[in-house]
Amino acid sequence: MHSIPGRRLIMGLFLIFLLLPIYWLVNMSFKTNSEIVSTMTLWPHTPTLQHYKRIFTDESWYSGYINSLEYVVLNTIISISVALPAAYAFSRYRFLGDKHLFFWLLSNRMAPAAVYALPFFNLYSAIGLFDTPWAVALAHCIFNVPLAVWILEGFVSGVPREIDETAFLDGYSFPRFFIKILVPLIASGIGVAAFFCFMFSWVELLLARTLTSVSAKPIAAIMTRTVSASGMDWGLLAAAGVLTIIPGALVIWFVRNYIARGFALGRV
Amino acid sequence: MDKTVNQKAWFLVLPVFLVVAFSAVLPLMTVVNYSMQDTFGNNQFFWNGVGWFKELLDPSTDLGGRFLASLGRNLFFSLVILAIEVPLGIVVALSMPREGWTVAACLVILALPLLIPWNVVGTIWQIFGRPDIGLLGYALNAAGIDYNYVSNDIDAWVTVIVMDVWHWTSLVALLCYAGLKSIPEAYYQAAQIDGASRWAVFKAIQLPKMNRVLLIAVLLRFMDSFMIYTEPFVVTGGGPGNSTTFVSIELVKIALGQFDLGKAAALSLVYNLIILIVCWIFYTVMTNAGAERKPQEGAV
Repeated sequence: MHSIPGRRLIMGLFLIFLLLPIYWLVNMSFKTNSEIVSTMTLWPHTPTLQHYKRIFTDESWYSGYINSLEYVVLNTIISISVALPAAYAFSRYRFLGDKHLFFWLLSNRMAPAAVYALPFFNLYSAIGLFDTPWAVALAHCIFNVPLAVWILEGFVSGVPREIDETAFLDGYSFPRFFIKILVPLIASGIGVAAFFCFMFSWVELLLARTLTSVSAKPIAAIMTRTVSASGMDWGLLAAAGVLTIIPGALVIWFVRNYIARGFALGRV
Repeated sequence: MDKTVNQKAWFLVLPVFLVVAFSAVLPLMTVVNYSMQDTFGNNQFFWNGVGWFKELLDPSTDLGGRFLASLGRNLFFSLVILAIEVPLGIVVALSMPREGWTVAACLVILALPLLIPWNVVGTIWQIFGRPDIGLLGYALNAAGIDYNYVSNDIDAWVTVIVMDVWHWTSLVALLCYAGLKSIPEAYYQAAQIDGASRWAVFKAIQLPKMNRVLLIAVLLRFMDSFMIYTEPFVVTGGGPGNSTTFVSIELVKIALGQFDLGKAAALSLVYNLIILIVCWIFYTVMTNAGAERKPQEGAV
């Protein structure tokens, strides 16, 4: 790889640009509110854990994280389990309407959530799923299922077809081949797809907020509500923000080489 | 690819088809239905034909004016962020370290903004940009620049654009980096023997090799910025006035704020149609590029 002059400087400046706002959030989360409002300090002079403590002890706060995790996990499980067989089909076979179907899936990944907010609200109210994790989990399928299909298709195509044929010659039935041979072979692909389903469901706010009111309210919505209600509790807001970054930051190391692939729907 | 024709494959695709049809086709039908009707509450609906669509495309009406203004703002926003993020992303990708642990470290830090919930991205920039408590706002004002994104249109725009650059440039950079990595070392050696300048290497080797990923990056960024909602909503709430109200924000205002079902539905359909056209271009480009790439698949 041949790079450009001054690359260390450019990279350094860009990384600082990326990290500075995040640092400010973390910094803020350890300050007391009086310190935030009254003085401009580059690091917390009287560091405190009061905001984190409040989040972990106040049910209206920590339940938001649990609600979010609930629908995110549900969504990831649904997305991966329906996408796996489809990815195999797209990778191995040609069938009536396959190209159109593939395009249709992509177009759903790209559909603006704002368009679906209102009809989803009506639909899930009508079938009694409104304000449950299922509503959000199903709603997020609209972009996560296509994503999972596209990513997994790339990984399945990387498995030589001879393996399928040998397995079938050895008398494996299709389901047995699928679970015993194919799934272990593309385990890392499933991990990557699951990570991206998790991530895209975790970062989405509009649908999650529209489809819940009280009992399934996600953390993102709780954050927006509390800001307006409690007269700008900046420290608490910052602490809640820091906690939402943690799931991504924890797994980022393991998927660092797949990030581009996941965002480009497995096409890189 | 010599795929075998097998109609039974439909059984494997069926679950995906059902799930997506349930959450995409069903709601879309409601939208089509609403877009032709008017409502005065109480679930009473009146046939309105193509009335909403006519109004939507006529800038002299309230609805049309708002839609076209937000569309114009949104297109301008998309073009500006593309003009900044694409060149910057290429430069950052070219600046990646060659080997060692710094590569992994850079990748991790680059990916970090991509994985932050969108509303928290908004919160981060809100906290960072405020003149009273934010490092950026405080520093700018201390340096004598009058900056306040809450009251000044231009400051609000700059904040939203810088926020998007912060959030998404990494994606362009990571995609370009993936493209750059696939260039065999032999190309560079050949260029060195020929005595090619750095610029010539970039133009003749690196840029053509990045073509495909750049296309993907441009289309992804265009599409995602075209439906941006959460980040500007959290930071500016679409204001000051309507200056940062993009199409999605306008749509949610009409749909969930005013519960104007007919207007919102008509807007949704036109909005969706634009996305669909861009999407089709995206798909065609990707599948064509995929076909060209097939012979050297192993290299990637």
